[in-house]
Amino acid sequence: MTAEAIGFWLVAAVLLATSLAVVLTPNLFHAVLFLAAALVSTGVVFLLLDAAFLFAVQLLLYAGGVITIMVFAIMLTEQLVGERLRQTSRWVINGAILAAAVFVGVLGFVVRSARPARPPAADRTADLARALVGPFAAPFELLAVLLVAALVGAIYFARTED
Amino acid sequence: MGAPGLHAYLVLAALVFAIGLFGVLTRRNAIGILLGIELMLNAVNINLVAFARFNADLVGLVFTLFTIPITVAEVGVGLAIIIAIFRARKTIEADHLNLLRG
Repeated sequence: MTAEAIGFWLVAAVLLATSLAVVLTPNLFHAVLFLAAALVSTGVVFLLLDAAFLFAVQLLLYAGGVITIMVFAIMLTEQLVGERLRQTSRWVINGAILAAAVFVGVLGFVVRSARPARPPAADRTADLARALVGPFAAPFELLAVLLVAALVGAIYFARTED
Repeated sequence: MGAPGLHAYLVLAALVFAIGLFGVLTRRNAIGILLGIELMLNAVNINLVAFARFNADLVGLVFTLFTIPITVAEVGVGLAIIIAIFRARKTIEADHLNLLRG
């Protein structure tokens, strides 16, 4: 068993455990912290797939940005309501059946597909940078417009009336 | 057992996606539903990066680089809407949000 295989199974176990904790824990604040752990382990999966730059992006944007926003939102709503936010689940059996059915459906496609051989590793960060300013320059600029629109929209929605 | 192949990553992503779907379906709290959506989007990113790695292709990486900021924007707008709803209705239980007009 190679070091990469050991790393993969470890990360897979951590990712699945934290993902389950996100959807099962009753404390909303703990769920967000488990989501942070799940996002970091996803970043480690990117690292195993030789995408070091995406690992950095994942840490900065997801684990840094999204989690901070979520913690702020929960604290804000808890302050407004004046009590701890608990969350309960409903239709657990139906949800589990539906999620399992989707998983089995995807699995059916996966096992019937071809198994490509693993090409040799190469650092593709420079190629990624060239692609972003070359063939993907226009979508990249549109992404900036989308982010500005989303931020202005978020401020507009969350503002107070006075 | 050798190094994990493409299928190992795809099955892992499918499992995370199913867990996220379970969360979206069963959570009552709007923020809890948003957490489930995050998990599902994350699983899709794993798929894209795995395909990019095993096909020696760049488009999967570029796509992931686009979906991560879009997800961040989605979370920002989603949480702003949740806070606005909370101010108006004093609840973020999804079952109680059944009016288009506040």
